[in-house]
This record gives sequence, C-alpha cells and structure tokens, in this order.
Amino acid sequence: MFNRSSSIDVRSVGRHTIDSVLRLGYATRFFALTLLHSGTSFRRPRLIVRELYYSGVLSLIIILVSGLFVGMVLGFQGYQTLKTYGSESALGVLVALSLVRELGPVVSALLFASRAGSAMTAEIGLMKTTEQLSAMEMMAVDPIARVVAPRFWAGLLSMPLLAALFSAMGVYGGYLIGVVLIGVDEGSFWSQMQSAVDFREDVVNGVIKSFVFGIAVTWIALFEGYDAPPTAEGVSGATTRTVVTSSLAILGLDFILTAFMFRGA
Amino acid sequence: MAAENLVEISGVGYAYDRRHPVLNDINMTIPRGKVVAIMGISGSGKTTLLRLIAGWFSPTQGRIEVDGVPTDKLDRDGLYRMRRKMGMLFQFGALFTDLSVFDNVAFQMREHTDLPEPMIQDLVMMKLHAVGLRGAHNLMPSELSGGMARRVALARAIALDPNLIMYDEPFTGLDPISLGVIRNLVRKLNDALGSTSIVVTHDVQEALDIVDYVYYLSEGVMVAHGTPADMRASKNALVHQFVWGEADGPVAYQYPARDYREELELV
Repeated sequence: MFNRSSSIDVRSVGRHTIDSVLRLGYATRFFALTLLHSGTSFRRPRLIVRELYYSGVLSLIIILVSGLFVGMVLGFQGYQTLKTYGSESALGVLVALSLVRELGPVVSALLFASRAGSAMTAEIGLMKTTEQLSAMEMMAVDPIARVVAPRFWAGLLSMPLLAALFSAMGVYGGYLIGVVLIGVDEGSFWSQMQSAVDFREDVVNGVIKSFVFGIAVTWIALFEGYDAPPTAEGVSGATTRTVVTSSLAILGLDFILTAFMFRGA
Repeated sequence: MAAENLVEISGVGYAYDRRHPVLNDINMTIPRGKVVAIMGISGSGKTTLLRLIAGWFSPTQGRIEVDGVPTDKLDRDGLYRMRRKMGMLFQFGALFTDLSVFDNVAFQMREHTDLPEPMIQDLVMMKLHAVGLRGAHNLMPSELSGGMARRVALARAIALDPNLIMYDEPFTGLDPISLGVIRNLVRKLNDALGSTSIVVTHDVQEALDIVDYVYYLSEGVMVAHGTPADMRASKNALVHQFVWGEADGPVAYQYPARDYREELELV
C-alpha cells in the first residue's frame, strides 16, 4: 500500500539522489576550473613549491616510518609462508612486488589522505569560514587559481614520490628482517628481486596508480574544503568526509586499475 | 566629466530563493567623496546590499551602477577590473593567516602590479603608517589583537588607493579605544584618499558621528534616509527605536511565541 510515510521515504531517497548527483556535478566543475586556472601556478612555481613542502615534505616522516614497518612485517610473513615451500630465497621478490605493485601506492595514498588531504580540507574550509576566500575574490584574485590549483599540482607531484619512498623503505625493511635478522641469502634476495621485478609491468604501473590516487585524493580534499559549510561543524564534517571518501576512492580505483594492468600477469 | 554619484541603485530587489525576498525596491545614491552609512538591525539585508554593490551576485530586480557601469552586465573579467578599484573591510578582518602583516598589505600589489619590490616595500610601509602599525609589519595575524587586525585589514583594503571603500560592520567586537581609532580612520582615509565610503553597521552612535548620510533598512525595505541629524530627530518609530537603542517598540523584544499563560498551562 502506498501510504504517506512511504511517500516521504521515497521523497527523501529522491532528494538524496538528486543532491548526490548535483554535488558530483559541482565537484566535476570545480575540477575543470582548477585545471583551467592552473596557469598562475605554472607562471609562479613558488606557489607550488610552498605547497609541496606542506603536503609532501611534511608527510615524509609518516610515509617513511610506515613503509619501514610494512616492509618488516612483509619480511616476517613472507618468510614464514615461503619457508613452507622451501623458497625463502624468493623473499626479495615477494617483498618488492607486493610493495611496488600494491602496498606502496595504496598505503601511501591512504596515509597521504589522512595526513595531507585532511590538512588541505581543514585549511581551505577555515579560509572560507574566516572569509579569507571572499576577501581574495573582493581583491579580484581568483581563489581557485591562487589557493586551490597550487595545492592540486603539489599533491599530484608529491604522491608518486611519496609512494616510491614508501616502497624503497619497505624493501629495506624486508631486507633488514629477511637478510639481517633471519639470515636469508643476501645475493639471492637482491638478484631474484632484480630479475623478477619488471620496470614497465611493475614499477611504471605502480607509479601510474599513485598518480591516479594523487589526483583523486587532492581533488576530494580540495573540493570538500571549498564546499564546506562555513561553520566549525561544517569544516569538521568536511575533513572527515575527505578521509572516508578518499580512502574508499583509493581502494575502488585500485581494484579497477589492478584489473586492467595485471590481467595476464 | 564623471557623474556626481559613484553608486546608483534603482528599484533593486534580491532573493536567495523566490519565496523569501531579502531586499525590496531599494533606491539609493552614493555621492562621490562622501561617507554613507547603511544601517539596520541584524538580518535587515545590509550586507546583502553591500555584496550586490560589489557584484557578488546580480540583483533579481532593478539595477546597480558603479561608476556608470551596471554591475549585472559585467562578465568575470569586468567584475574583477571593477573590484580592483574597490576595497572592502570584512567584519573580522579576514586577514590571510599564512601571511605576515606586511605580506597581507602587499598581496594586491604583488597580484595586480609589476611594481619592483623596493617600491612595494615603501608603499606597504606608507599604508601601515596610515593605520599606525608600521612597527607591526613583521607580525603574523595570530599575534594581533582584534583592533590591530582590523587596522591591518583596513591598510590592505586601501592598498591600491580604491575609489570606493566598503566596510562590513567595522565596529563590531572592538574595545572602546580600537573602536575610536577605526571610526576616525574611516573618515580620515576617505578624505585623504579622495575616495567614497559605504559603511554597513548597526553601531549607531559611532557611525552617526562620522558619516555624511544614512540609509536605514528594515526587513529588506528602505524605511528612512537622511543626514545624521535627521536620523537623531526622526519621528519614524523604527528609526527612533534603533537610534536610541530601546528594547521594545516596532521591533518586538519577545520572539513570536504562544501565549505565555497558555505555555505555563495556567489556562
């Protein structure tokens, strides 16, 4: 039976759907405007360099430490499993491929979203709340060109570099546990890794993944900040949404990219 | 020859959504060189009117001309060109928190001009000197008091010697000394720069001391206008209540509610 309460439910589902589609439209328009107004950032690279420091350099500690621990755990777990089949010497391959293909891009992007993405959202949201973006508009300076675009390009450039450093630290962590602590043969650890990891298939695909994650995370973080309601509650909600949406986007995109990249491998 | 009025507003109406108009049939002129106040209680549409003049949004009815140009006919570049000749002081300053006092004032000069850095240095120091804060040029906004932040924001608003300076509630939340300083600066800077000023405020006495003319808005409608002396002597009940700060009058003290006795279940 179609009664009043069910019609209200249907209406709220409809409203949510329309709101979501509208928001996606705004976000797409925002993305297009960011690309369109990127000229200022390239003419004044100092704007990007400053943001590279905030989103890239300041994320280094968490990325390097996490990379080391993830690599060490891989060393332990990999050794336990490989030992069962008598192929401990393939530990280097296992560690390197896991990191370069998956863990490096994905975990560093998740960390980047929580460290740099949330900071970007909170900063831009607060700039909006304190009318700094309006003041910029009033001074005939486009906030998308001056505030958003440099952060976007900085995020995009930082992400692959951070992922590469994460993987490098991870490989070193695996080496520390596998070779130094457990005593796997050092020669076979490195030589098997060298022969099994393909530059095009593994390294480049990993870099492509981290580029895509970089775009997704910075886009989500910047849009959430720019679109945040100008209240304390609004900014805190936007910051949470950045981390949640970015994390889901990273995992979803990772599945799609992996499905395309490693079909026959 | 430039027209006598810098801003002309005729028959302007504005609504964020069609059912709730914020402004209705506003007519107003801002003569060159004058300091004009737009007054009214909170929610009367003053700030919306200020933003309409700045071209933030287009009026849903009527027409606003700034320096002879209708704002709603301007594209983004045209609006930005117009805004370069405007300065705006926001309610709480809106200083860029990641830039020092010096860099805040230099912001527009660096964005819009090719002036060499030594010249920017001199100009910024002149602007900061005008608001009495030359010595604070190295401080960050977080190190400033509310009154100082407002003065830095004022120096930033006049950085490019604007034709029109707009003030959005410039006196709110200031201690009496800072308030006196800002009040005098509004007048002095207007006269020294030969610009025109619009002050949106509900701080009556401070504003009436320094402005040349007052427009009074209530619920989006212009209910009175005149010189400060006219406003003080006004017989209009709304203006009288506002100017003399009376708790009850046409603007009721009590927010509309159910009958008090009924609420207390006495009947």
